[in-house]
This record gives sequence, C-alpha cells and structure tokens, in this order.
Amino acid sequence: MHLLLAILVGILYACGLYLMMRRSMLKLVIGLGLLGHAANLLIFTAGRVVPGAVPLIPEGMTTPSGPIADPVPQALILTAIVIGFGVQAFAILLVRRLAERTRTDDVRELTTTEQLETQTGTGKGAS
Amino acid sequence: MTPLLLYIVFGAFAAAVIAPLLVRWFGDRASAVLAIVPASVVGIVFFMLGPPPDGLLQATIPWIPSLGIDLSFWVDGLSIIFVLLIAGIGTVVLVYAGAYLHDHRDLGRFLTWIMVFMGAMLGLVTSGNLLTLFLFWELTSISSYFLIGFLHDDAASRKSALQALLITGAGGLSLLAGFILLGSAVGSYELSAILTSGDAFRSSEWYLPGLLLILIGAFTKSAQVPFHFWLPNAMAAPTPVSAYLHSATMVKAGVFMLARLHPVLNGTSEFHVLVGTAGAATMILGAVSAFGQRDLKRLLAYTTVSALGTLVLLLGIGTETAVQAAMVFLLAHALYKGALFLTVGIVDHETGTRDVESLGGLWRMMPMTALAATLAALSMAGLPPMLGFIGKELLYEAKLAAPWAPWTITALGVTANILTVAVAALMTLRTFGGASSSVRTAHDPSWQMWGGVALLASLGFAAGMAADLVATHIVGPATTAIRGERVETSLGLWHGVNPVLLLSLATLASGAALYALHRPIRRMTAGWRPWKAERAYDAALAGMLASARKQTLWLQSGQISTYLALTLLATLLLVGLPILAFWPQLSMVVAMDLALLPTVIAGMMAIAAFLAVRAKTSLGSIIALGVVGYGIAVLFLLYSAPDLAMTQFAVETLSVVLLMLVVAKLPEFRQMGSRSTRLWQAGLAGAGGALMTLLVLFVTAEPARMTLATFYGEASYALANGRNIVNVILVDFRGLDTLGEITVLGIAALGAVALLRLVVDKEDGR
Repeated sequence: MHLLLAILVGILYACGLYLMMRRSMLKLVIGLGLLGHAANLLIFTAGRVVPGAVPLIPEGMTTPSGPIADPVPQALILTAIVIGFGVQAFAILLVRRLAERTRTDDVRELTTTEQLETQTGTGKGAS
Repeated sequence: MTPLLLYIVFGAFAAAVIAPLLVRWFGDRASAVLAIVPASVVGIVFFMLGPPPDGLLQATIPWIPSLGIDLSFWVDGLSIIFVLLIAGIGTVVLVYAGAYLHDHRDLGRFLTWIMVFMGAMLGLVTSGNLLTLFLFWELTSISSYFLIGFLHDDAASRKSALQALLITGAGGLSLLAGFILLGSAVGSYELSAILTSGDAFRSSEWYLPGLLLILIGAFTKSAQVPFHFWLPNAMAAPTPVSAYLHSATMVKAGVFMLARLHPVLNGTSEFHVLVGTAGAATMILGAVSAFGQRDLKRLLAYTTVSALGTLVLLLGIGTETAVQAAMVFLLAHALYKGALFLTVGIVDHETGTRDVESLGGLWRMMPMTALAATLAALSMAGLPPMLGFIGKELLYEAKLAAPWAPWTITALGVTANILTVAVAALMTLRTFGGASSSVRTAHDPSWQMWGGVALLASLGFAAGMAADLVATHIVGPATTAIRGERVETSLGLWHGVNPVLLLSLATLASGAALYALHRPIRRMTAGWRPWKAERAYDAALAGMLASARKQTLWLQSGQISTYLALTLLATLLLVGLPILAFWPQLSMVVAMDLALLPTVIAGMMAIAAFLAVRAKTSLGSIIALGVVGYGIAVLFLLYSAPDLAMTQFAVETLSVVLLMLVVAKLPEFRQMGSRSTRLWQAGLAGAGGALMTLLVLFVTAEPARMTLATFYGEASYALANGRNIVNVILVDFRGLDTLGEITVLGIAALGAVALLRLVVDKEDGR
C-alpha cells in the first residue's frame, strides 16, 4: 500500500504547490490546504500504515494486546491538523478582508502598502 | 596588581555607561568629571606600577575555559607608552571637549563613545591574548564609526564614518584571519607563548600568508597606502575626536600591532620589503598631499598620514636604533599633533573657519593659543630643545644606518621632513602671524581649551629637556619590549657635529625656503593628489550596492509565486540531486499489496485534487478540497488512527464552511497567468510532487523502527494511567508541545478576531 500512498502524497503536493503559485488568493488558500493534507499523509505513510492495530490498551490490561500502529506519527499529525486549521482559518479571513478592501483577488496587485492606502483612500487618520 | 589592571581597562567602560547621567547632573562639566578616570590611570602607571620587574606585568582571568580563551593582560614597556598616550591625551581631550561641545544636545552620547573608545584602546594595548586583543581592536573601529558620524545629520559625515568603518573593519577581518594562522602555527593565542615562538612561525609555511593578513589589518588601521584615504575624510568628526582618535591613538593601533608582533614577524626580507615600502610610500605621499591643503584639519590629517608612514617605515627597518626612533617619534608626534589639532579646533570654534587662506594675524586676538600652538609647531618642525628634535635626529640616524637602501630611505625621509617643516610653519605663521585677516571678533577660548594645547606642547618641551628620564622610563622599556631583548637607551639633545645634525640643518633651511615660496607652489599644486585610491573604494562600494540591488530585485520580486518557485527549485537541487545518487536502492520498494477500499479512496482523492486545480468555479474547487480532506480522514480510519480521523472530519467540515463564507466576497475564478507560465509552474510543481513521492518511498524502504512505539505502549498505562496511547502522548508525555499548539491556535484566533474587528471599525468610520 505504501507505493500507492507515496504516489498520492506526490499528487497532493504537486496540486497544492501548483495552486499556491496561482495569482488568485482563493486558489492560494486552497493550495495551502492541499499542501497541509499532503504533509500529514507524508508523515502518516512514513510512519508505516497498518490496518487493524489501533494504539489502544484494552480494558483490564496494562499493555497493548498485540502489535500496534506507531502512535508517535499519529500524535504529530494530530498536532499538525489542529495547527493547520488555525493557519487556514487565519488565511481565509485575511483573504476575505483583503478582497473587501482592495476589490481584487489578484496577489500581484498587492505589491505595496502605499498602493493599498490610495486604493481604499479613506483619508482618515488612525482610528 | 590584577585589580589595578582591571581598573585600567574597565574603568573607562564603566564611566561610559554613566556618562549620560553625569551630563544630566553636571552639564558641560561632566567631561571634566569623566577626565578623572584617564587621569587616575596615568597616576597609577606613574606612581603605583612603576617600572615593572623584568619589564613585564601579567595577569590571567579565566574567561571561556572551554575554548581556551582567557582574559589575560600583558603589560610591558610597549603597553606603558601607549597607556600613557591614551590616558594622558584622553584626559586633555575630555576636558577640552566639554568646552568645545558646550551645550551640545548630544554631549552625553559623545562622552559615552569617547569613553568606550578609551576603554577599547586601553584594552587593546594591554591584552595578553590575540583574540581578546582582536575584540578590543574591533571595538575601536566601532566607536570610531560613531564618533566620526557624531554629526549624523550631515551626509558627508555619515559617508566618512561608513568609509572608515568599512576599511578598518575589512582590515580587522584580515587581521583575525592572520591571528588564526599565527595562533595555529604556534599552538596558542597567548602573547606569552607567541612572542617566544618567532623562529617557529617564521619557518612555518603559514608565515607569508599570516604576515600579509596581519599587515593588511595594521595598514588599514594606520592609514597606510593604499588605504590612507579614509583618514583625511574622517576629519568630518568633531575636532576633539580628530585629535584623539585620528592623530594620537587609534590610527597608531596598526603601528602598535607591528610593534607588538615585532619579535614574531621581524627578521625576514619579506617583512622589511613589505613594511618598509608601505611606510616609505605613505610617508612621502602624506607629506606631499598635506602641503596643498587649504583646510587646516585636512592639512594636519595628511601630515598624520605621513607620520604614520614614518613610524611604519621605522618598524620595517627594524634595527634597534630604528625601533628606538619609532618610540621617540611616536611620543613626540602624539604630543605635538594632539596639541595642533586642538588648536585647529579652537581656531574653528572662535573664527568659524578652518581655511588657511582666509586666516591670519590671530596672535593678537588669542595670544595664549598662539603661544601654545607655536611651541607645538616647533616640536613638529624638529627644532631643539623639543622632543620632536630628538625624534628627528634618531630618525635620520636610523635611516642612514638602514640595512636596506639607506640612501633612498634617507632621501625620502628628508623630503618628507622638509615638507613637514613647511607645513608646521604654514600652520602657525599663516594662521597666527602676519597681517590680520577678515576675522575680527575672535578671542582666546576658556582655559579648558587652550590649557590642553599648552599642556601637550609644554610636555613636548619638557620631554626634550629631560630626555634622559624619558629614555630610561618610557622609551627604553618600550624598545626592550619590541626588540624582545634588553636595550639600554640614552637620549640627549647634543651629539656633536655629525652627518645627522647636518641633515637636520639642511632640512630646516629647505623647509624655511619652501615656506617662503609656499604661495606660488601651493597655487600650483592645489587640489593635486598623486594617488586616487579612494576612487577604487568608491567604485567597489557602488558595484557592491548595485549587484546587491540586482540580486535583491531578482530574489525578492514581491511575487509569492516567484518565492515559491525559487524555494522549490532550491529544494529540488539540494535534496533531489543527492536522492538520485541512491536510485539503485529503490529496487527494494515495497511490493504492490493493494487492498480494494484504500485504493478506491486514494483514487478518489487524486481525482479530487486534480479537480481542485482544474475547477472553473471557486465553489467546485472548495468542494474538491473537502473531498480530499474527508478522503484522508477515511484513510486514517482504515489504518488504525481513529483519533486522527475524528479530528480530521471535524476540522475539514469547519474549513469548508469557512471557505464558503469567503467565496461570496470574492470575484469568480478567471485565468490570470499566461499559458507558458502555467506550463512551467505545473512542471515545477510536478517535479516537487515527484520528489516527495521518492522521499516517502526511500523512508518506507528502510526497515521500520518501533522502539518508540514499544516504549509508549508499555509506559502509557504504567506511567500515565491512560489507555489511548496517542492521547497520552499528547497530553502527558509531550504535554508542553500541546501547550505550544494551544498557544498557536490562540494567537491565530486573536489575529482572526482582530481582522474581523478591523472591518467593523472602518465601516463605522465611513
């Protein structure tokens, strides 16, 4: 199964990277999401995948009853999923806010802060 | 003795810290309060240290024992002569600076840097370890940068400061490299070991590269050709700085270095040729350039360049007489040049100009200054009974007896001295004597200012009168230290009629004649500078900046796609190429053991990923991303990771909802990049994906290591009373990581709230 998963990891990375090189901000965020999935799957696969070996200790025992899947990559990925979500949520809100202010979704147009000022041109001092 | 040594070096640093406070309390008089520090150092050296037994004081304080670096001190005759100069002239300059920078808003900053410089310089000349010596050496460059750039709202001042820093800083790097070669060849960075290993170093293969590197360091610091140009430019500094750093002390650090390492470096023809040539060239070039200057400060600066050349030349000659002459001349020059610089400061301060052409007749308005300055100029011109006279006599004696090209050296030396005599005359007679100029309102400044000039000038006179005392207590021990063997010194004003005296007389006569003719000659040579090394510096600096700008524009395009592409390209080159070398091992890749359900899921995810890329609408793209996310959750479920699956389902749902919320605000997808851009970016992304696939394959081709899994399996219940091992790892064994994770989430949430609030506030404001 590892060969298949390795190829899937590659496909997810390729799609994520390609999307992140787009000029549309939304595509960038979606690419970021794909890249996150790809990284999680990479760690998961590198830690070996085994079916039917949940790392749990059954009731009444003090050690697992048989061989278990490596819990360390699982712990790492759990952390990564949560942090990835935090980043993604922040990125999504940032994109939304930028789109509202600049009326564009093209990252090329976001070159300088000065331009942003003149484009929005509130002419109002610090609030 | 150790506490006294520590006070000598670190007293000034401590004073630097409180200098701004003192200015707040005492105003201008703070500088006089600070002057107590160097004055007490002079006192300690005179009355408490005395002539040290064996001419040497040592102390070692362990500093970084693991690296073998100790804070060690090495105080011999050479250190003493420099300590006296640094602390003595430092005292005068500090008292002077309080009056010169009267009511300046940045007096505190100025005094801090002057004290830092003083401490660095004292540390430099008393260091017993090459590495600590280097630290102090760099600190003098840094404090010099801040002092030259003291008037920071002047562009020329900033440029000069940067130039001095770059030149001496580059020299410092070279010096460090030389030190490392020297230290490795000898096997120690302690002076005690190095100074006795001269033969070992001279015969090692590292001698020539080490010598060259150390010489570059010394030559940049002491403004030798072709690095001399920074010194006249450094005159942008306030005059007390010019007097202190750029004539009396810092620029002599290079000379000090040559003297300090003389027992190690001296004695080969390479040393004599390199040091002698640089010194002679600088000596003559400085003197010639000085004569045509209009600005009194630049005029003095070029004579300083010339004097530094003389000192380097003498050390290059390297005989006992030459070293002795160097020490006498060092002392004499510091006294008269310090005094003359302070005089220029007074003239500038009182008349508002330093242009020698528009000055004249000032002696009527400022008699005390005129008197003191004339006394100093007599020493500069080398007239008896000043110390300058003795210095010049010895200098001629050493040059005549040079083992290598004595006649050329003497001829150059006489020429330089004739010019020096003329410049000394120009400096005093044109400024103070003659008809009065347009300046009418000048008068003697406060005693703090002219007193310093008078003190330094009279010291030059007293030292000439009491030459024997100077010889036994200062010059003798210094020469002994440099030569590495006991040297008996006696100095006197009168040696009978000999070739040296005749040369002196000829020098004075020619100098007087040159002064008499100075107007037409100066007019002819005005602005004429024989060597434009500064152009090379300017071109190098401009070239460096231009290439940096190009490189930055190329690398820092401001386009996220370019950044990503460059990062990807670098990763491919750095990780991908080595991986190809392991290619043959890939034959052991895992067999195809396809299970049906995972294969279907993986296939769906791959298709969804492609759809996310190809989708024509943003909604389609988001849904495709959601499919990939749910797919991965199913994979987690299938491969024994139920916790991950649960988390992934929850998070994916939230993400999709959030993305849906944004879509409404964004324009619909459109194609923005050109076809060729899309193609090469797709190629690059594909290569990146392939690299990751290979990485996974390589990792999984290795046998799995289950040590950690076994440990957690056994310890989970025994140590943490938990049955869900992944849970236990997260909240117990790696609890701090989870705390970090929570912090990240918290910060992201704060950021998100801030973004949302910002929108509301602005909308309210409209």
